[in-house]
Amino acid sequence: MLTLSQAINRALRHGLESDPGVMVMGQDVGLSGGVFRVTDGLQKDFGADRVIDTPLAEAGIVGTAIGLAMRGYRPVCEIQFDGFVYPAFNQITSQLAKLHARSGGRITVPVVIRVPVSGGIGAVEHHSESNEAYFAHTAGLRVMAPATPQDAHWMLRQAIAGDDPVIFFEPKCRYWSKGEVAENPDDPLVLPADAARTVRDGTDLTLLTWGSMVETCLSAAGAAAEEDRSLEVIDLRSLSPVDTDTLVASVRRTGRAVVVHEAPTFGGLGGEIAAVLGERCFTKLEAPVTRVGGFNVPYPAARLEEHYRPDLDRVLDAVDRTLDF
Amino acid sequence: MTPLQLLTPDGELADDPAAATVDGDLCRGLYRDMVLARRLDAEAYHLQRQGELGLWLQSWGQEAAQVGSIRALRDTDWVFPSYRDHAAAMCRGIGPEELLAQWRGVRQGGWDPARYRFHIYTLVLAAQLPHAVGYAMGARLDGTDEVVMTYFGDGSSSEGEANEAFNWAVTRCAPVLFFCQNNQWAISTPTTAQFGAPLHQRAAGFGLATQLVDGNDVLAVHAATARALDGVRSGEGPALIEAVTYRMAGHSTSDDPRRYRSDAELDHWRALDPVDRLRRLLDDRGWADEEFTGGLEAEAEELAAEVRRVCRALPDPEPDAMFEHVLARETASLAGERAAYAAYSASFVD
Repeated sequence: MLTLSQAINRALRHGLESDPGVMVMGQDVGLSGGVFRVTDGLQKDFGADRVIDTPLAEAGIVGTAIGLAMRGYRPVCEIQFDGFVYPAFNQITSQLAKLHARSGGRITVPVVIRVPVSGGIGAVEHHSESNEAYFAHTAGLRVMAPATPQDAHWMLRQAIAGDDPVIFFEPKCRYWSKGEVAENPDDPLVLPADAARTVRDGTDLTLLTWGSMVETCLSAAGAAAEEDRSLEVIDLRSLSPVDTDTLVASVRRTGRAVVVHEAPTFGGLGGEIAAVLGERCFTKLEAPVTRVGGFNVPYPAARLEEHYRPDLDRVLDAVDRTLDF
Repeated sequence: MTPLQLLTPDGELADDPAAATVDGDLCRGLYRDMVLARRLDAEAYHLQRQGELGLWLQSWGQEAAQVGSIRALRDTDWVFPSYRDHAAAMCRGIGPEELLAQWRGVRQGGWDPARYRFHIYTLVLAAQLPHAVGYAMGARLDGTDEVVMTYFGDGSSSEGEANEAFNWAVTRCAPVLFFCQNNQWAISTPTTAQFGAPLHQRAAGFGLATQLVDGNDVLAVHAATARALDGVRSGEGPALIEAVTYRMAGHSTSDDPRRYRSDAELDHWRALDPVDRLRRLLDDRGWADEEFTGGLEAEAEELAAEVRRVCRALPDPEPDAMFEHVLARETASLAGERAAYAAYSASFVD
């Protein structure tokens, strides 16, 4: 059993051990092992040239990582918190995402950007955002959002080994949650990084979710089962691309869907998923696809976050409305 | 700090040890580069006016800054340009077709960066500076003595990424040479509105080895760049050169510089022209005989004809090209969009 944080640390260690081009860079990732201790011990074992404590400059972190990637390295950057990624937005969206296309495929930029995201830890402002939609909307990036130690470990390994830029969202409220992590890549638990995972089978309704909300949805499905309601739970894992075939197959079977994410519903990925389900499951749907998410407000002060974040009751409320439609 | 000058506007060589190595071969080579670059630039401008290019950003006036600096590099060194660096690109062997493709709108990046060790243009200003720093970190980790030079302008020096790159390069002792072509104007914004302290002062504050140079003096630029490269290559740390030059044309073919600057200012800089200045020296020293000047004139004519020919011959890309190279490994959803658009296009009856 590993915590999600340890599972990521192991994946980074594996990358550093197996490929001399892999580097880890970010603020405080070396000497201190990162503010969440995800990179603990890596600089000691791999040296300060491969595990780099950088200046406090997010655009510089991503920009220099791009240059290193052009040179043939595989940098894994850490952005300390979700709300600190915006200074690097230009480098991510205009440079990292587009260089492969702009260069006619001549330049590959295998940069992974790890970002601890979402709330639930009572943090101060700018430390609890779920900003996946900005990046999923940008062509040229892969966006991954693991929810478990197993997926965090193997998806990060796949991200590091791949040639595409990856925004890797880590649900910070789950860093300390433990789970089994497969030992080898042939284990059936290891899925391709862009595949969705059905984490609970059901027949009455499909809950579609990712990251910090997977555990909440599983709890909701457990509670619903006590009232003889069978909910299927799908963890999207990859937010760009989205494994729509898996989602569509489930919803065609259950006829009902609720999308749950922590980001504001307005302009969020839930809208995109609802639209796809509308297009591809129209004749099978028994009720409109419902969204549960954050409100269209800046992430509130810590004492209010339990009202902002979807919880078991809000998910069940949406489930009830969808089943009773 | 007074800008380094080895060649006065009247074409006199300065009494400076750095001028001692100046000879006919060096001057003829630099002169040829500048004349050809100016000719391509003028031709591309006309092609834009004829509707053959969507946009062109003229390098007219900045030939000395670009030619003098890039000719001081070794072939193994790398360049991360901005977008007005056509003279430098030509010195690296990038041809008219590759240079014009982007501005004709047939593709984004114009050439293979690895082939010329010259990266594709960066249009979002200063974004290429941290790339250059990262690339240089990699070059050093690889154990090479390669130096990375990156071009930027007075306007881009205000961008956060420029200042992050300066600071970063020093902290990592990256083998980078930041080369600023201070052409006095960022579209319509003069340097007086761009920064309070001159860039070379600011650069010194970052810990960069800094030089200020007359950017219209190709010999001074060449000497200053060679000096900076020596220091960077030997591990002394990154350096910055501010070359004082002038953008003779508008920002782009969509800009009307008469709205914001005077004829008198233009006349002032015309008298400081980098090409005329070197020609005076060549003539004065008898370093350019008729065979050289006549040959160069014919070469420029040939180049102009080639520019016109290759530009008009550049084919429009197939629509499917926009779906290529979005990711190294195409996603199923993009393949679906691509196939759907192909089927839709095929459904039209000719």
